[in-house]
Amino acid sequence: MPIRMELLVCGGTGCQASNSNRVLDVLKEEIKKANLQSEVNVLMTGCFGFCEKGPIVKVMPDNVFYVEVDEDAARKIVAEHVVKGRVYQEKLYVEPDTHEKLSEQSKIPFYKKQLRIALRNCGKIDPENINEYIAADGYMALGKVLTEMTPEEVIDVVKRSGLRGRGGGGFPTGVKWEATRKSKSDIKYVICNADEGDPGAFMDRSILEGDPHSVLEGMAIAAYAIGAQFGYIYVRAEYPLAIHRLRIAINQARELGLLGKNIFGTDFSFDVEIKIGAGAFICGEETALINSIEGGRGEPTVKPPYPAQVGLWKKPTNINNVETFANIAPIILNGADWFASIGTEKSKGTKVFALAGKVNNVGLVEVPMGITLREIIYDLGGGIKGGKKFKAVQTGGPSGGCIPAEHLDTPIDYDNLTALGSMMGSGGMIVMDEDDCMVNIAKFYLEFSCDESCGRCTACRIGNKRLLEILNKITEGKGEMEDLEMLKELAETVRDSSLCGLGQTSPNPVLSTMKFFYDEYLAHVRDKECPAGVCKELLKYYIIPEKCVGCTACARVCPVNVIHGEPKKVHVIDRDGCIKCGQCYNTCRFGAITRK
Amino acid sequence: MAKYDVDAEKLKQLESYIDSIEQKEGALIGVLYKAQEIFGYLPKDVQLFIARKLNIPAAKVYGVATFYSYFTMEPRGKHVINVCMGTACFVKGADKVLEEIKKQLNITEGNMSPDGMFTVDSLRCVGACGLAPVVMVDGKVYGRVKVEDVKSILDEYREGGSTQ
Repeated sequence: MPIRMELLVCGGTGCQASNSNRVLDVLKEEIKKANLQSEVNVLMTGCFGFCEKGPIVKVMPDNVFYVEVDEDAARKIVAEHVVKGRVYQEKLYVEPDTHEKLSEQSKIPFYKKQLRIALRNCGKIDPENINEYIAADGYMALGKVLTEMTPEEVIDVVKRSGLRGRGGGGFPTGVKWEATRKSKSDIKYVICNADEGDPGAFMDRSILEGDPHSVLEGMAIAAYAIGAQFGYIYVRAEYPLAIHRLRIAINQARELGLLGKNIFGTDFSFDVEIKIGAGAFICGEETALINSIEGGRGEPTVKPPYPAQVGLWKKPTNINNVETFANIAPIILNGADWFASIGTEKSKGTKVFALAGKVNNVGLVEVPMGITLREIIYDLGGGIKGGKKFKAVQTGGPSGGCIPAEHLDTPIDYDNLTALGSMMGSGGMIVMDEDDCMVNIAKFYLEFSCDESCGRCTACRIGNKRLLEILNKITEGKGEMEDLEMLKELAETVRDSSLCGLGQTSPNPVLSTMKFFYDEYLAHVRDKECPAGVCKELLKYYIIPEKCVGCTACARVCPVNVIHGEPKKVHVIDRDGCIKCGQCYNTCRFGAITRK
Repeated sequence: MAKYDVDAEKLKQLESYIDSIEQKEGALIGVLYKAQEIFGYLPKDVQLFIARKLNIPAAKVYGVATFYSYFTMEPRGKHVINVCMGTACFVKGADKVLEEIKKQLNITEGNMSPDGMFTVDSLRCVGACGLAPVVMVDGKVYGRVKVEDVKSILDEYREGGSTQ
């Protein structure tokens, strides 16, 4: 009997953590119980992107999108939708404003403004089955390239498309390929940089998990264009599922002759190996990554020479990021003009962002370049959690900066974000609200950069450490006005004199928060206050006399016995001895204790 | 062969792994992975053994082992707890969860519990930001963890540990 219906279950890391594996099993069991296994297919796909509402189950061809599906809901979906043919209303997405139930994915505001190129197959196909990729025009671009195009023509298409590196720097991909093509050598390499280390970013992981073949195909096309025979994928050890699916994909591609010798019967041969990182953020920098693949410490080296001339094992090497490779096949199939028609003047195509933090719809979005931050955060992201006030959005991870409300209408592209003192980075986008202290956020990122500095150049190794010490001083309430000047000057020095991208951008979180949130720094230093109420040492606890009923709960829980008062009478905190542990605040049932 | 102060059986296992590698150049990180899988950590003698087997200076092995955060030279607890300290988790209070875990396990110094059952560490973004804050125990991901959830998560492994 032909398959009449497919149930797609999200198998991304987020949904798996919300138990989507179990949902998959239950769906299969129930289908079997109903004796429908010959006409209904249950399969696990890559990430749908809507992590907030996971686990996601989509029923095709009915095009019904179920959210937050648990085991019980899975049984109901089979009983109601699959067997009786009526939509199970309980688990449809509810539009928060109108309370309307939406069954169609494309009608949900989170998906409305999205345009999926790199993520085209995520949530649509089974990433562990190469035939599904092929059915979605997979490896057609590789076939076209190998049989109809010269390497120069391929490079020309990629150049004219305007595609820029999606890993952070935004260097034109075609120009990079051309440089590697022109380097004379019998052996060349292609490397896929999947060392996605920005905290709060999971674009590359989702592509590798949801559509690994799109990356392999992009790499093979790049290899043909530059004249390489071998490729490496350098992927983080923290992404076990991505590694697992890549391995399956590579083996399946080899079996079908899409990797290996004489691909498509031509004299082009190409194979790929996975290299697993060992936990060092710096390895996302291309020269450091090369050193790591060679088995050494992942320290960057001085450029030039660029990897395009002297790369892995001293051979010309082309390194692109996961998302960049995922864009290649559609560019080849649809043409450079199609891709160049999307986006802004200098940034073409789409960008995948990992939207996270204090926003209602956390998840993965792919949007055309030129969309505004406001559209992403409010239209797709559904605004700020708990109705709180937006304070800043952080883009570009530890190399980026915090962008305040007044710049929310900036169209997103590489150059605009850089002009704001932030950067595109790999696409992390963390939303912060009024409860986040910007000085503390700057400190958080600087701690990260200090930890991850490889120690090779002085500016980054020592400069960042000194910056962190100043920030520690400020958040502990010991900051002086001179510290602010020193902070700025030193941050600029580190930026201007570091060897690699990590050091050059590590002061961005400090500089951008100082630029846009200087008043918060002032409050910490001059008034010894943390306006967001985050920095523990600066908090002051008060009892509101009108609300205190004298229950004595706070006095009993205080570890240093500085809360005084008789039963049934208003209590007071003696702030001299207070260690600011917050126990009283957590204990009070009457909301009578405040801190600021 | 020189004497190494480690389990001979495990060393043999590592040796046959190294012997099976065709391309020894650039294999160091992979070998360290395997060694840590076998021994649970990378004692000094194991590093020395690897250096001699691969014919590279021991300083290079030590240099690489200390460079990457994945490798550890301290023995680890039976269960490894990783608290995600990515930005999304951080702004949603992962630091408080980490504090609570350490408190409940009586960890004051280092990161192993006194009974050797747990090692607690923070890690950089597992990419499950939609579920922030995230805690990973032996590779299993727990999402939206609240301070109140810590005890029940730990109990899962405490019970499992005692019955084994």
